[in-house]
Amino acid sequence: MLQKKNLWWLLGVAVLAAFPLIVTNPSDTSIGVITLLFMACASSWNMFSGYSGYIALGSSVFYGTGAYTMALISIHTHMAPGAAMFWLVPVGGLMAMVIALPFGWIALRVRRHTFVVITIAVFFIFQLAAINFSFTGGTSGLALPFIQWGFSYYNVPFYYVALGLVIFITIVSAAVRRSRFGLQLLAIRDDEDRALGLGVKVIAVKITGFTLSAFTIGMAGAVYAMFVGQIYPQFVFDPVFDISVALMAFFGGLGTLTGPLLGALVLEASQQYLTVSFSNGSLYLILFGSLFLVVIMFMPRGIVVYVKDRLNKSAMARAAVATDQLAATGAGSSS
Amino acid sequence: MTTLLKAENISRSFGGLKALNGCNLEVEKGSITGLIGPNGSGKTTLFNVVTGYVKPDSGTVTFDGADITGYEPDKVFARGIGRTFQLTRIFARMTVLENMLVAIQHDEGWLRGMTRSKSSKVEVDNAMEWLDFVGITRLAEMDAGSLSYGQRKLLELAYVLVANPDVVLLDEPAGGVNLTLINQIADKIRTLNEQGKTFLIVEHNMEFVMNLCHSVTVMNQGTNLVTGNPAEVRSNPLVLDAYLGGGDDDEEVEVAANG
Ligand SMILES: Nc1ncnc2c1ncn2[C@@H]1O[C@H](COP(=O)(O)OP(=O)(O)OP(=O)(O)O)[C@@H](O)[C@H]1O
Ligand SMILES: [Mg+2]
Repeated sequence: MLQKKNLWWLLGVAVLAAFPLIVTNPSDTSIGVITLLFMACASSWNMFSGYSGYIALGSSVFYGTGAYTMALISIHTHMAPGAAMFWLVPVGGLMAMVIALPFGWIALRVRRHTFVVITIAVFFIFQLAAINFSFTGGTSGLALPFIQWGFSYYNVPFYYVALGLVIFITIVSAAVRRSRFGLQLLAIRDDEDRALGLGVKVIAVKITGFTLSAFTIGMAGAVYAMFVGQIYPQFVFDPVFDISVALMAFFGGLGTLTGPLLGALVLEASQQYLTVSFSNGSLYLILFGSLFLVVIMFMPRGIVVYVKDRLNKSAMARAAVATDQLAATGAGSSS
Repeated sequence: MTTLLKAENISRSFGGLKALNGCNLEVEKGSITGLIGPNGSGKTTLFNVVTGYVKPDSGTVTFDGADITGYEPDKVFARGIGRTFQLTRIFARMTVLENMLVAIQHDEGWLRGMTRSKSSKVEVDNAMEWLDFVGITRLAEMDAGSLSYGQRKLLELAYVLVANPDVVLLDEPAGGVNLTLINQIADKIRTLNEQGKTFLIVEHNMEFVMNLCHSVTVMNQGTNLVTGNPAEVRSNPLVLDAYLGGGDDDEEVEVAANG
């Protein structure tokens, strides 16, 4: 059983790794890079919001922080354009963590609904700051050291770095799910007050989860900045990004390991493809929106949970009958 | 006899309503203490004050000689006071075993707590033992949300016990469950008490309280009215007055039927 599961993961990685070898057209591999970055972000978002049930709508605060960290450091230290800039990716993640600590410290003292509102407010503060501070270059943005890899080859290193990031985040997310810390996040999702009354240090657990997810989103932002070469506040601090990341995780299956990855893969790849195929930029939004509605209406807990339920349905029905019988005979039979 | 848990002169208002009004309660170490009173007399609120869910306006809570007034619920639990809720609260989308693992306590650093596995063999064995004690081992891998009401009560009892608290506060353990299960729960409480565990029990089922408890405190309108052994309390005219005067109709019926 476990073996089979691992095989599926290996197959997935193999397919993703083979993609740029088979599809070499730069406009397609570019879609690949962006899609992988969204997979990284949706999975990171899920690591906190999916497990704890605290819906954060300010992911771009961390994405943008990672992007600006990459841009500012590479520009001000006059880095030679090239692969060495990838060393700044974890630095981008660390900066996002530094931002997440006070952000979480304030926002995670309140309960879920207020939390959502605070994350949106913090997002706007960051967007405004990026537009108005001079060191960010304002709305004219920042140009990173120009990387002169050949046109046909340019996307490939980014693709594999992004894939490595997705694998790293998936492993971290799986480790969290198996750890005591992950168990406590899930307990907070189900009943925070009860968890508190069972000794769970809920605020510390929430802040840790929030900060961890900020770290990996920040890394994705840093890769993004390096990939596009020029960043603007309205693109790296983008409300559509905040919502997309959350929707992708919902779409695939909140709180599951594969769900957010699949959700991002399906939604982002199809969106990018449609945008490129149809010059009419709003057509994809209509298709995208319809697809999303269909899934949410018929599979409210996401694709992955839906499929799992389907597969387990007969098994679960049998289990339910067994439980009823147990309940009927009463628990009194035990010692 | 030493006093393990003591609430002195606790008051707490919600708006204009005095839910607790100078209430006192003592729980002897090793005892099963009952706390009864008509609906709305403040029993659950007193539990909430003791366990840190509600801050008292005035008064002190002492546990094992230390002042714990106003401690947060996690601190109170770590000190050794476990409780169940009147409306059973479990983690519905986690398995029964995972529910148990949440409650297991550790004295460990932050980093270790964050990184180590949720289920060492020792922990799982410990959890399974308590599930076995309440008789729901076979449900260990089920989602807790799919349990019946009675099974949830057993799970909540089991996961409070797994942390090995010094005193267990039970808010209506027999409420809404069938007679077989009530007797089973009473047996479990008695067994544990013989091993030295202290209990404080809020319960409307008079037979349950009178058979199980060594000492009973009766509350009325936010304050303690009478304290004594079951026989004394039963024959005290003030108690009947409180139920007849203050409570609503089902309360009278219940006392008449059971008392
Ligand atoms: N959080 C709260 N906000 C407002 N009023 C409250 C709150 N908690 C309790 N009360 C009120 O305080 C009074 C005492 O309630 P409490 O739940 O302590 O009674 P109880 O003795 O446990 O009753 P029951 O036997 O019905 O469980 C009630 O009038 C209740 O409505
Ligand atoms: Mg009550």
